[in-house]
Amino acid sequence: MSVRKLAAVSRIVIVTRRELRSYFTTPLAYLFLAVFVMLSSFLCFQLGDFFRREQADLLPFFSFHPWLYLVLMPPLAMRLWAEERRSGTIELLMTLPLSTLDLVVGKFLAAWLFSGVALLATAPIWQTVNYLGDPDNGIILAAYLGSWCMGGAFLALGSLLSALTKNQVIAFVMALFVSLLFLLLGFGPLSAVLSRLLPEWLAGLLISMSFLTHFQDIARGVLDVRDVGFFLVFIVTGLLATVAAVEWKRAE
Amino acid sequence: MIEIHNLHKRFGRLQAVRDLSLTVRPGEVLGFLGPNGAGKSTTMRMIAGFLAPDSGTIEVCGHDMLRQPLAAKRHIGYLPEGAPAYSDMRVRSFLQFVARARGVVRINGVVDHALQRLQLEPVANRPIETLSKGFQRRVGIAQALLHDPQVLLLDEPTDGLDPNQKHHMRQLIRELSDDKVVMISTHILEEVEALCQRVVIINAGRLVADATPAALKSTSVYNRAVELELPEGGRYRSELEALPGVARVLLSEEQCHELLLVPEHGCHILPVVESWLAERQLQAQAVALSAGRLDDVFRRLTIEEPVAPQQEGVA
Repeated sequence: MSVRKLAAVSRIVIVTRRELRSYFTTPLAYLFLAVFVMLSSFLCFQLGDFFRREQADLLPFFSFHPWLYLVLMPPLAMRLWAEERRSGTIELLMTLPLSTLDLVVGKFLAAWLFSGVALLATAPIWQTVNYLGDPDNGIILAAYLGSWCMGGAFLALGSLLSALTKNQVIAFVMALFVSLLFLLLGFGPLSAVLSRLLPEWLAGLLISMSFLTHFQDIARGVLDVRDVGFFLVFIVTGLLATVAAVEWKRAE
Repeated sequence: MIEIHNLHKRFGRLQAVRDLSLTVRPGEVLGFLGPNGAGKSTTMRMIAGFLAPDSGTIEVCGHDMLRQPLAAKRHIGYLPEGAPAYSDMRVRSFLQFVARARGVVRINGVVDHALQRLQLEPVANRPIETLSKGFQRRVGIAQALLHDPQVLLLDEPTDGLDPNQKHHMRQLIRELSDDKVVMISTHILEEVEALCQRVVIINAGRLVADATPAALKSTSVYNRAVELELPEGGRYRSELEALPGVARVLLSEEQCHELLLVPEHGCHILPVVESWLAERQLQAQAVALSAGRLDDVFRRLTIEEPVAPQQEGVA
Protein backbone atom coordinates (compact mmCIF):
# COMPACT_ATOMS: atom_id res chain seq x y z
CA MET A 1 0.00 0.00 0.00
CA SER A 2 1.33 3.40 -0.89
CA VAL A 3 2.00 6.01 1.76
CA ARG A 4 -0.89 8.15 0.57
CA LYS A 5 -3.37 5.30 0.79
CA LEU A 6 -2.05 4.42 4.23
CA ALA A 7 -2.56 8.01 5.34
CA ALA A 8 -6.13 7.97 4.01
CA VAL A 9 -6.84 4.73 5.88
CA SER A 10 -5.49 6.16 9.12
CA ARG A 11 -7.66 9.27 8.69
CA ILE A 12 -10.71 7.09 8.15
CA VAL A 13 -9.86 5.05 11.25
CA ILE A 14 -9.73 8.24 13.34
CA VAL A 15 -13.22 9.22 12.19
CA THR A 16 -14.58 5.69 12.68
CA ARG A 17 -13.17 5.47 16.20
CA ARG A 18 -14.79 8.68 17.33
CA GLU A 19 -18.09 7.81 15.76
CA LEU A 20 -18.13 4.30 17.20
CA ARG A 21 -17.33 5.67 20.64
CA SER A 22 -20.15 8.16 20.38
CA TYR A 23 -22.59 5.25 19.92
CA PHE A 24 -21.50 3.90 23.27
CA THR A 25 -21.39 7.14 25.27
CA THR A 26 -25.07 6.64 26.09
CA PRO A 27 -26.82 3.44 27.22
CA LEU A 28 -28.85 3.65 24.00
CA ALA A 29 -26.34 1.47 22.19
CA TYR A 30 -26.93 -1.42 24.59
CA LEU A 31 -30.66 -0.87 24.39
CA PHE A 32 -30.41 -1.01 20.62
CA LEU A 33 -28.46 -4.27 20.75
CA ALA A 34 -31.06 -5.73 23.11
CA VAL A 35 -33.90 -4.75 20.78
CA PHE A 36 -32.02 -6.16 17.81
CA VAL A 37 -31.50 -9.55 19.47
CA MET A 38 -34.99 -9.77 20.95
CA LEU A 39 -36.75 -8.77 17.77
CA SER A 40 -34.70 -11.08 15.56
CA SER A 41 -35.28 -13.96 17.98
CA PHE A 42 -38.99 -13.28 18.11
CA LEU A 43 -39.27 -13.14 14.33
CA CYS A 44 -37.24 -16.33 13.95
CA PHE A 45 -38.85 -18.47 16.66
CA GLN A 46 -42.43 -17.24 16.51
CA LEU A 47 -43.22 -15.99 13.03
CA GLY A 48 -40.57 -18.12 11.34
CA ASP A 49 -41.85 -21.38 12.82
CA PHE A 50 -38.27 -22.32 13.66
CA PHE A 51 -39.19 -25.34 15.81
CA ARG A 52 -42.08 -26.75 13.82
CA ARG A 53 -40.06 -26.77 10.61
CA GLU A 54 -37.73 -29.27 12.26
CA GLN A 55 -34.91 -28.36 9.93
CA ALA A 56 -31.39 -27.65 11.06
CA ASP A 57 -30.88 -24.33 9.31
CA LEU A 58 -31.40 -20.62 9.99
CA LEU A 59 -33.60 -19.78 7.02
CA PRO A 60 -36.41 -18.50 9.26
CA PHE A 61 -33.87 -16.29 11.02
CA PHE A 62 -32.32 -14.76 7.92
CA SER A 63 -35.47 -14.42 5.83
CA PHE A 64 -36.74 -11.76 8.23
CA HIS A 65 -33.56 -9.71 8.07
CA PRO A 66 -34.71 -7.32 5.35
CA TRP A 67 -37.65 -6.34 7.55
CA LEU A 68 -35.54 -6.22 10.66
CA TYR A 69 -33.11 -3.86 8.95
CA LEU A 70 -35.92 -1.77 7.55
CA VAL A 71 -36.78 -0.77 11.11
CA LEU A 72 -33.40 -0.94 12.83
CA MET A 73 -30.88 0.49 10.33
CA PRO A 74 -32.47 3.96 9.86
CA PRO A 75 -32.00 4.85 13.56
CA LEU A 76 -28.33 3.89 13.30
CA ALA A 77 -27.79 6.08 10.25
CA MET A 78 -30.03 9.05 11.02
CA ARG A 79 -27.63 10.96 13.23
CA LEU A 80 -24.51 10.46 11.09
CA TRP A 81 -24.80 13.82 9.32
CA ALA A 82 -28.03 15.46 10.46
CA GLU A 83 -26.69 15.86 13.99
CA GLU A 84 -23.39 17.34 12.78
CA ARG A 85 -25.28 19.94 10.79
CA ARG A 86 -27.73 20.73 13.58
CA SER A 87 -25.05 21.24 16.22
CA GLY A 88 -22.61 23.04 13.92
CA THR A 89 -19.83 20.53 14.55
CA ILE A 90 -19.75 19.93 10.81
CA GLU A 91 -17.81 23.18 10.52
CA LEU A 92 -15.23 21.88 12.94
CA LEU A 93 -15.08 18.50 11.26
CA MET A 94 -14.73 19.85 7.75
CA THR A 95 -11.95 22.26 8.62
CA LEU A 96 -9.81 19.44 10.02
CA PRO A 97 -7.31 18.08 7.50
CA LEU A 98 -9.68 15.28 6.53
CA SER A 99 -11.33 14.92 3.14
CA THR A 100 -15.07 14.63 2.78
CA LEU A 101 -14.59 11.09 1.53
CA ASP A 102 -12.63 10.22 4.70
CA LEU A 103 -15.49 11.53 6.79
CA VAL A 104 -18.24 9.82 4.82
CA VAL A 105 -16.46 6.46 4.77
CA GLY A 106 -15.34 6.75 8.40
CA LYS A 107 -18.84 7.48 9.65
CA PHE A 108 -20.38 4.77 7.51
CA LEU A 109 -17.87 2.20 8.73
CA ALA A 110 -18.71 3.04 12.33
CA ALA A 111 -22.40 2.41 11.71
CA TRP A 112 -21.64 -0.72 9.70
CA LEU A 113 -19.34 -2.12 12.37
CA PHE A 114 -21.97 -1.42 14.97
CA SER A 115 -24.53 -3.33 12.93
CA GLY A 116 -21.95 -6.13 12.72
CA VAL A 117 -21.78 -6.16 16.51
CA ALA A 118 -25.56 -6.43 16.60
CA LEU A 119 -25.41 -9.39 14.22
CA LEU A 120 -22.75 -11.07 16.35
CA ALA A 121 -25.01 -10.64 19.34
CA THR A 122 -27.47 -13.01 17.70
CA ALA A 123 -24.93 -15.84 17.92
CA PRO A 124 -27.03 -17.68 20.57
CA ILE A 125 -29.56 -18.44 17.82
CA TRP A 126 -26.76 -20.05 15.83
CA GLN A 127 -25.79 -22.02 18.92
CA THR A 128 -29.37 -23.16 19.38
CA VAL A 129 -29.55 -24.66 15.94
CA ASN A 130 -26.23 -26.41 16.53
CA TYR A 131 -27.52 -27.79 19.80
CA LEU A 132 -30.72 -29.08 18.26
CA GLY A 133 -29.32 -30.47 15.04
CA ASP A 134 -26.42 -30.62 12.69
CA PRO A 135 -26.61 -27.59 10.37
CA ASP A 136 -24.17 -26.67 7.63
CA ASN A 137 -22.25 -23.95 9.46
CA GLY A 138 -20.54 -22.80 6.26
CA ILE A 139 -23.92 -21.90 4.84
CA ILE A 140 -24.87 -20.04 7.99
CA LEU A 141 -21.62 -18.08 7.98
CA ALA A 142 -22.20 -17.18 4.34
CA ALA A 143 -25.70 -16.01 5.14
CA TYR A 144 -24.38 -13.91 8.01
CA LEU A 145 -21.86 -12.23 5.71
CA GLY A 146 -24.47 -11.63 3.04
CA SER A 147 -26.85 -10.22 5.60
CA TRP A 148 -24.19 -7.86 6.87
CA CYS A 149 -23.68 -6.63 3.29
CA MET A 150 -27.38 -5.93 2.96
CA GLY A 151 -27.28 -4.07 6.27
CA GLY A 152 -24.53 -1.93 4.79
CA ALA A 153 -26.76 -1.06 1.86
CA PHE A 154 -29.50 0.10 4.24
CA LEU A 155 -26.94 2.16 6.14
CA ALA A 156 -25.48 3.75 2.99
CA LEU A 157 -28.99 4.82 2.04
CA GLY A 158 -29.58 6.14 5.56
CA SER A 159 -26.30 8.04 5.48
CA LEU A 160 -27.27 9.74 2.23
CA LEU A 161 -30.65 10.82 3.59
CA SER A 162 -29.07 11.99 6.84
CA ALA A 163 -26.74 14.24 4.83
CA LEU A 164 -29.73 15.93 3.23
CA THR A 165 -31.34 17.28 6.39
CA LYS A 166 -30.57 18.87 9.74
CA ASN A 167 -33.35 16.98 11.41
CA GLN A 168 -32.74 13.45 12.63
CA VAL A 169 -36.43 12.60 12.67
CA ILE A 170 -36.82 13.61 9.04
CA ALA A 171 -33.69 11.60 8.22
CA PHE A 172 -35.21 8.59 9.98
CA VAL A 173 -38.60 8.75 8.30
CA MET A 174 -37.08 9.37 4.88
CA ALA A 175 -34.72 6.42 5.33
CA LEU A 176 -37.64 4.24 6.38
CA PHE A 177 -39.63 5.28 3.34
CA VAL A 178 -36.88 4.90 0.75
CA SER A 179 -35.67 1.61 2.25
CA LEU A 180 -39.20 0.27 2.08
CA LEU A 181 -39.34 1.21 -1.60
CA PHE A 182 -36.13 -0.69 -2.27
CA LEU A 183 -37.57 -3.72 -0.47
CA LEU A 184 -40.93 -3.68 -2.17
CA LEU A 185 -39.60 -3.28 -5.70
CA GLY A 186 -39.23 -7.05 -5.73
CA PHE A 187 -42.56 -7.74 -4.00
CA GLY A 188 -44.82 -9.66 -6.43
CA PRO A 189 -47.86 -7.37 -6.73
CA LEU A 190 -45.77 -4.21 -6.97
CA SER A 191 -43.41 -5.61 -9.59
CA ALA A 192 -46.46 -6.71 -11.60
CA VAL A 193 -47.75 -3.14 -11.54
CA LEU A 194 -44.32 -1.77 -12.49
CA SER A 195 -44.03 -4.18 -15.43
CA ARG A 196 -47.42 -3.07 -16.73
CA LEU A 197 -46.88 0.67 -16.35
CA LEU A 198 -43.25 1.14 -17.31
CA PRO A 199 -41.23 0.20 -20.38
CA GLU A 200 -39.82 -3.26 -20.02
CA TRP A 201 -36.19 -2.27 -19.55
CA LEU A 202 -37.00 0.26 -16.84
CA ALA A 203 -39.30 -2.06 -14.95
CA GLY A 204 -36.66 -4.77 -15.20
CA LEU A 205 -34.00 -2.42 -13.91
CA LEU A 206 -36.11 -1.27 -10.96
CA ILE A 207 -37.13 -4.80 -10.03
CA SER A 208 -33.52 -5.89 -10.20
CA MET A 209 -32.70 -3.22 -7.61
CA SER A 210 -34.86 -4.89 -5.01
CA PHE A 211 -33.17 -5.83 -1.76
CA LEU A 212 -35.67 -8.68 -1.30
CA THR A 213 -34.81 -10.38 -4.57
CA HIS A 214 -31.09 -10.11 -3.98
CA PHE A 215 -31.42 -11.40 -0.44
CA GLN A 216 -33.51 -14.48 -1.28
CA ASP A 217 -30.54 -16.64 -2.18
CA ILE A 218 -28.30 -15.12 0.45
CA ALA A 219 -30.78 -16.15 3.16
CA ARG A 220 -30.33 -19.73 1.97
CA GLY A 221 -26.58 -19.29 2.31
CA VAL A 222 -25.86 -19.02 -1.39
CA LEU A 223 -23.44 -16.15 -1.93
CA ASP A 224 -23.83 -15.30 -5.58
CA VAL A 225 -21.41 -12.66 -6.86
CA ARG A 226 -24.33 -10.84 -8.43
CA ASP A 227 -26.18 -10.53 -5.14
CA VAL A 228 -23.26 -9.64 -2.89
CA GLY A 229 -21.84 -7.48 -5.65
CA PHE A 230 -25.16 -5.66 -5.89
CA PHE A 231 -25.08 -4.73 -2.23
CA LEU A 232 -21.42 -3.69 -2.35
CA VAL A 233 -21.98 -1.53 -5.43
CA PHE A 234 -25.06 -0.11 -3.75
CA ILE A 235 -22.94 0.82 -0.70
CA VAL A 236 -20.25 2.49 -2.81
CA THR A 237 -22.84 4.41 -4.82
CA GLY A 238 -24.65 5.47 -1.65
CA LEU A 239 -21.42 6.74 -0.11
CA LEU A 240 -20.38 8.68 -3.20
CA ALA A 241 -23.84 10.25 -3.27
CA THR A 242 -23.38 11.10 0.41
CA VAL A 243 -20.11 12.87 -0.41
CA ALA A 244 -21.93 14.93 -3.02
CA ALA A 245 -24.79 15.69 -0.62
CA VAL A 246 -22.43 16.77 2.17
CA GLU A 247 -20.52 19.04 -0.20
CA TRP A 248 -23.73 20.48 -1.59
CA LYS A 249 -25.42 21.10 1.74
CA ARG A 250 -22.45 22.18 3.83
CA ALA A 251 -23.24 25.85 3.80
CA GLU A 252 -26.80 25.59 5.08
CA MET B 1 0.74 33.88 5.92
CA ILE B 2 -2.73 34.28 4.47
CA GLU B 3 -3.18 35.63 0.98
CA ILE B 4 -6.63 36.07 -0.44
CA HIS B 5 -7.39 37.62 -3.78
CA ASN B 6 -10.65 38.86 -5.25
CA LEU B 7 -12.87 36.67 -3.13
CA HIS B 8 -16.55 36.52 -4.05
CA LYS B 9 -19.29 34.56 -2.36
CA ARG B 10 -22.99 34.68 -3.03
CA PHE B 11 -25.81 32.88 -1.21
CA GLY B 12 -28.77 32.94 -3.54
CA ARG B 13 -29.61 36.60 -3.91
CA LEU B 14 -27.34 37.78 -1.13
CA GLN B 15 -23.85 38.80 -2.13
CA ALA B 16 -22.10 37.90 1.12
CA VAL B 17 -18.53 38.76 0.13
CA ARG B 18 -17.50 40.84 -2.83
CA ASP B 19 -14.05 41.29 -4.27
CA LEU B 20 -12.18 40.91 -1.01
CA SER B 21 -8.39 40.88 -1.15
CA LEU B 22 -6.22 40.68 1.93
CA THR B 23 -2.73 39.63 2.96
CA VAL B 24 -1.91 38.87 6.58
CA ARG B 25 1.70 38.32 7.64
CA PRO B 26 3.19 36.42 10.59
CA GLY B 27 3.43 38.41 13.80
CA GLU B 28 0.35 40.35 12.89
CA VAL B 29 -2.87 40.27 14.90
CA LEU B 30 -5.59 41.30 12.55
CA GLY B 31 -8.92 42.48 13.91
CA PHE B 32 -11.68 41.68 11.49
CA LEU B 33 -14.61 43.98 12.11
CA GLY B 34 -17.98 44.60 10.62
CA PRO B 35 -21.62 44.81 11.56
CA ASN B 36 -23.58 41.58 11.93
CA GLY B 37 -24.17 40.08 8.51
CA ALA B 38 -21.29 41.96 6.89
CA GLY B 39 -19.64 38.72 5.77
CA LYS B 40 -17.08 38.24 8.54
CA SER B 41 -17.94 34.65 9.35
CA THR B 42 -18.40 33.79 5.69
CA THR B 43 -14.89 35.08 4.99
CA MET B 44 -13.45 33.18 7.96
CA ARG B 45 -15.20 30.03 6.79
CA MET B 46 -13.74 30.39 3.33
CA ILE B 47 -10.23 30.87 4.68
CA ALA B 48 -10.67 27.87 6.97
CA GLY B 49 -11.76 25.79 3.99
CA PHE B 50 -15.32 25.15 5.12
CA LEU B 51 -16.92 27.13 2.31
CA ALA B 52 -15.65 27.36 -1.23
CA PRO B 53 -15.63 30.85 -2.74
CA ASP B 54 -17.53 31.47 -5.97
CA SER B 55 -14.36 33.00 -7.37
CA GLY B 56 -11.02 34.23 -6.10
CA THR B 57 -8.07 32.46 -4.51
CA ILE B 58 -7.09 31.64 -0.93
CA GLU B 59 -3.55 30.71 -0.07
CA VAL B 60 -2.51 29.64 3.41
CA CYS B 61 1.24 29.29 4.02
CA GLY B 62 1.78 28.79 0.33
CA HIS B 63 -0.92 26.15 -0.12
CA ASP B 64 -3.94 26.87 -2.27
CA MET B 65 -7.05 26.06 -0.23
CA LEU B 66 -8.98 24.88 -3.27
CA ARG B 67 -6.28 22.76 -4.86
CA GLN B 68 -4.50 21.38 -1.79
CA PRO B 69 -7.10 21.64 0.96
CA LEU B 70 -5.54 19.11 3.33
CA ALA B 71 -2.09 20.71 3.17
CA ALA B 72 -3.58 24.17 3.70
CA LYS B 73 -5.84 23.04 6.56
CA ARG B 74 -2.87 21.53 8.42
CA HIS B 75 -1.51 25.04 8.97
CA ILE B 76 -4.74 26.45 10.36
CA GLY B 77 -6.22 26.45 13.83
CA TYR B 78 -9.83 27.50 13.59
CA LEU B 79 -12.38 28.45 16.19
CA PRO B 80 -15.74 28.51 14.41
CA GLU B 81 -18.42 30.97 15.48
CA GLY B 82 -20.14 29.71 18.62
CA ALA B 83 -17.33 27.23 19.36
CA PRO B 84 -19.16 24.06 18.30
CA ALA B 85 -17.98 20.81 19.88
CA TYR B 86 -19.28 17.28 20.29
CA SER B 87 -21.36 17.94 23.36
CA ASP B 88 -21.56 14.34 24.53
CA MET B 89 -17.78 13.90 24.51
CA ARG B 90 -15.55 14.58 27.49
CA VAL B 91 -13.16 17.50 27.13
CA ARG B 92 -10.05 15.34 27.12
CA SER B 93 -11.28 12.80 24.59
CA PHE B 94 -12.61 15.56 22.36
CA LEU B 95 -9.17 17.20 22.32
CA GLN B 96 -7.54 13.83 21.73
CA PHE B 97 -9.78 13.28 18.73
CA VAL B 98 -8.92 16.66 17.22
CA ALA B 99 -5.21 16.12 17.90
CA ARG B 100 -5.35 12.74 16.21
CA ALA B 101 -7.20 14.17 13.21
CA ARG B 102 -4.61 16.94 13.04
CA GLY B 103 -1.83 14.36 12.90
CA VAL B 104 -0.26 15.42 16.20
CA VAL B 105 2.44 12.97 17.29
CA ARG B 106 2.62 13.10 21.10
CA ILE B 107 -1.09 13.28 21.68
CA ASN B 108 -1.26 13.00 25.47
CA GLY B 109 1.49 15.54 26.09
CA VAL B 110 -0.03 18.02 23.65
CA VAL B 111 -3.53 17.64 25.09
CA ASP B 112 -2.25 18.04 28.65
CA HIS B 113 -0.40 21.18 27.68
CA ALA B 114 -3.49 22.66 26.03
CA LEU B 115 -5.66 21.78 29.05
CA GLN B 116 -3.19 23.53 31.31
CA ARG B 117 -2.75 26.53 29.04
CA LEU B 118 -6.49 27.21 28.93
CA GLN B 119 -7.04 26.27 32.58
CA LEU B 120 -9.28 23.41 31.61
CA GLU B 121 -7.74 20.79 33.90
CA PRO B 122 -10.56 20.85 36.47
CA VAL B 123 -13.13 19.95 33.82
CA ALA B 124 -10.97 17.66 31.66
CA ASN B 125 -13.12 14.62 32.35
CA ARG B 126 -16.52 16.25 32.13
CA PRO B 127 -18.83 16.00 29.14
CA ILE B 128 -18.66 19.24 27.16
CA GLU B 129 -22.43 19.79 27.33
CA THR B 130 -22.24 20.17 31.13
CA LEU B 131 -19.77 23.07 30.93
CA SER B 132 -20.51 26.78 31.17
CA LYS B 133 -20.33 28.91 28.05
CA GLY B 134 -16.92 30.28 29.04
CA PHE B 135 -15.44 26.82 29.47
CA GLN B 136 -16.95 25.68 26.17
CA ARG B 137 -15.35 28.64 24.43
CA ARG B 138 -12.00 27.73 25.95
CA VAL B 139 -12.38 24.15 24.78
CA GLY B 140 -12.91 25.57 21.30
CA ILE B 141 -9.72 27.60 21.55
CA ALA B 142 -7.74 24.70 23.02
CA GLN B 143 -8.84 22.64 20.04
CA ALA B 144 -7.55 25.28 17.66
CA LEU B 145 -4.12 25.45 19.32
CA LEU B 146 -3.31 21.75 19.63
CA HIS B 147 -1.13 21.40 16.56
CA ASP B 148 0.67 24.71 17.09
CA PRO B 149 -0.67 26.12 13.81
CA GLN B 150 0.94 28.88 11.79
CA VAL B 151 -2.41 30.54 11.22
CA LEU B 152 -5.03 31.09 13.89
CA LEU B 153 -8.54 32.04 12.83
CA LEU B 154 -10.69 32.94 15.81
CA ASP B 155 -14.32 33.83 15.21
CA GLU B 156 -15.42 35.83 18.27
CA PRO B 157 -12.96 34.25 20.70
CA THR B 158 -14.03 36.13 23.82
CA ASP B 159 -17.78 35.87 23.33
CA GLY B 160 -19.29 34.48 26.52
CA LEU B 161 -16.22 34.96 28.69
CA ASP B 162 -16.24 36.95 31.91
CA PRO B 163 -13.89 39.95 32.24
CA ASN B 164 -11.14 37.92 33.92
CA GLN B 165 -11.30 35.25 31.28
CA LYS B 166 -11.33 37.89 28.56
CA HIS B 167 -8.19 39.40 30.01
CA HIS B 168 -6.55 36.00 30.15
CA MET B 169 -7.63 35.19 26.61
CA ARG B 170 -6.16 38.43 25.28
CA GLN B 171 -2.92 37.71 27.05
CA LEU B 172 -2.86 34.28 25.48
CA ILE B 173 -3.55 35.64 22.01
CA ARG B 174 -0.78 38.21 22.46
CA GLU B 175 1.63 35.45 23.50
CA LEU B 176 0.69 33.37 20.50
CA SER B 177 0.95 36.14 18.00
CA ASP B 178 4.74 36.43 18.05
CA ASP B 179 5.42 34.24 15.06
CA LYS B 180 1.92 33.46 13.88
CA VAL B 181 -0.78 34.93 11.75
CA VAL B 182 -3.74 35.67 13.98
CA MET B 183 -7.05 36.79 12.58
CA ILE B 184 -9.80 37.64 15.05
CA SER B 185 -13.32 38.47 14.10
CA THR B 186 -15.09 40.43 16.75
CA HIS B 187 -17.54 43.20 17.37
CA ILE B 188 -15.92 44.29 20.62
CA LEU B 189 -14.01 47.44 19.74
CA GLU B 190 -12.00 47.68 22.96
CA GLU B 191 -10.64 44.25 22.13
CA VAL B 192 -9.35 45.46 18.81
CA GLU B 193 -7.62 48.37 20.50
CA ALA B 194 -6.11 46.07 23.11
CA LEU B 195 -4.92 43.37 20.77
CA CYS B 196 -4.63 44.20 17.14
CA GLN B 197 -1.92 45.93 15.15
CA ARG B 198 -4.20 46.05 12.19
CA VAL B 199 -7.91 46.52 11.69
CA VAL B 200 -9.90 45.49 8.66
CA ILE B 201 -13.49 46.60 8.51
CA ILE B 202 -15.91 45.09 6.04
CA ASN B 203 -19.41 46.19 5.30
CA ALA B 204 -21.93 44.44 3.05
CA GLY B 205 -19.16 42.06 2.00
CA ARG B 206 -16.82 44.81 0.87
CA LEU B 207 -13.61 46.00 2.47
CA VAL B 208 -14.09 49.56 3.74
CA ALA B 209 -11.02 50.10 5.90
CA ASP B 210 -7.60 48.54 6.42
CA ALA B 211 -5.31 50.42 8.83
CA THR B 212 -3.81 50.45 12.30
CA PRO B 213 -6.22 51.22 15.16
CA ALA B 214 -4.41 54.53 15.71
CA ALA B 215 -4.70 55.58 12.09
CA LEU B 216 -8.38 54.71 12.07
CA LYS B 217 -9.01 56.63 15.26
CA SER B 218 -7.32 59.69 13.82
CA THR B 219 -10.08 59.85 11.22
CA SER B 220 -12.65 60.11 13.99
CA VAL B 221 -14.41 63.42 14.52
CA TYR B 222 -13.30 63.06 18.13
CA ASN B 223 -9.65 63.00 17.13
CA ARG B 224 -7.90 65.85 18.99
CA ALA B 225 -11.05 66.58 20.89
CA VAL B 226 -10.38 67.91 24.38
CA GLU B 227 -11.80 66.15 27.39
CA LEU B 228 -12.29 68.62 30.17
CA GLU B 229 -13.29 67.92 33.73
CA LEU B 230 -14.48 71.14 35.29
CA PRO B 231 -16.71 71.72 38.35
CA GLU B 232 -20.09 73.00 37.19
CA GLY B 233 -18.76 72.86 33.66
CA GLY B 234 -22.22 73.07 32.16
CA ARG B 235 -22.36 76.78 32.95
CA TYR B 236 -19.48 77.52 30.59
CA ARG B 237 -20.90 75.63 27.64
CA SER B 238 -21.85 78.56 25.42
CA GLU B 239 -18.66 80.38 26.32
CA LEU B 240 -16.59 77.35 25.28
CA GLU B 241 -18.52 76.89 22.08
CA ALA B 242 -17.60 80.43 21.12
CA LEU B 243 -13.87 79.67 21.31
CA PRO B 244 -12.11 79.65 17.94
CA GLY B 245 -11.85 76.19 16.44
CA VAL B 246 -14.41 74.57 18.73
CA ALA B 247 -17.23 73.00 16.76
CA ARG B 248 -19.35 71.51 19.52
CA VAL B 249 -19.33 70.98 23.23
CA LEU B 250 -20.81 67.76 24.55
CA LEU B 251 -21.82 67.25 28.16
CA SER B 252 -21.79 63.83 29.72
CA GLU B 253 -25.33 63.26 30.83
CA GLU B 254 -24.92 62.06 34.39
CA GLN B 255 -22.25 64.47 35.52
CA CYS B 256 -22.32 67.92 34.05
CA HIS B 257 -18.73 68.59 35.05
CA GLU B 258 -17.40 66.41 32.24
CA LEU B 259 -17.18 68.15 28.89
CA LEU B 260 -16.01 67.04 25.49
CA LEU B 261 -14.92 69.80 23.14
CA VAL B 262 -15.07 68.65 19.54
CA PRO B 263 -12.78 70.66 17.26
CA GLU B 264 -13.55 71.89 13.78
CA HIS B 265 -11.79 69.84 11.15
CA GLY B 266 -8.01 70.15 11.42
CA CYS B 267 -7.96 72.54 14.36
CA HIS B 268 -5.79 72.19 17.46
CA ILE B 269 -7.90 73.47 20.29
CA LEU B 270 -5.92 72.30 23.30
CA PRO B 271 -3.80 75.52 23.54
CA VAL B 272 -6.92 77.62 23.11
CA VAL B 273 -8.68 75.77 25.90
CA GLU B 274 -5.66 76.01 28.18
CA SER B 275 -5.31 79.74 27.72
CA TRP B 276 -9.04 80.17 28.28
CA LEU B 277 -8.75 78.30 31.58
CA ALA B 278 -5.84 80.52 32.62
CA GLU B 279 -7.69 83.65 31.62
CA ARG B 280 -10.78 82.71 33.60
CA GLN B 281 -8.59 81.44 36.45
CA LEU B 282 -10.41 78.13 36.53
CA GLN B 283 -8.92 74.97 37.97
CA ALA B 284 -9.78 72.04 35.72
CA GLN B 285 -9.56 68.65 37.42
CA ALA B 286 -8.36 67.08 34.21
CA VAL B 287 -7.57 68.15 30.68
CA ALA B 288 -6.81 65.49 28.11
CA LEU B 289 -6.48 65.17 24.39
CA SER B 290 -8.58 62.43 22.85
CA ALA B 291 -7.06 60.20 20.18
CA GLY B 292 -10.46 59.62 18.67
CA ARG B 293 -13.00 56.93 19.10
CA LEU B 294 -13.13 53.69 17.17
CA ASP B 295 -16.88 53.25 17.59
CA ASP B 296 -17.44 56.55 15.87
CA VAL B 297 -15.22 55.55 12.94
CA PHE B 298 -16.88 52.16 12.81
CA ARG B 299 -20.34 53.71 12.63
CA ARG B 300 -19.33 56.18 9.98
CA LEU B 301 -17.77 53.48 7.78
CA THR B 302 -20.55 50.96 8.12
CA ILE B 303 -23.69 53.06 8.15
CA GLU B 304 -23.16 55.94 5.79
CA GLU B 305 -21.70 54.12 2.84
CA PRO B 306 -23.58 50.92 2.20
CA VAL B 307 -26.69 52.31 0.53
CA ALA B 308 -25.59 51.60 -3.01
CA PRO B 309 -24.14 48.09 -2.48
CA GLN B 310 -27.25 46.93 -0.64
CA GLN B 311 -29.47 47.84 -3.54
CA GLU B 312 -27.11 46.02 -5.83
CA GLY B 313 -27.36 42.92 -3.64
CA VAL B 314 -31.12 42.75 -3.99
CA ALA B 315 -31.18 43.24 -7.72
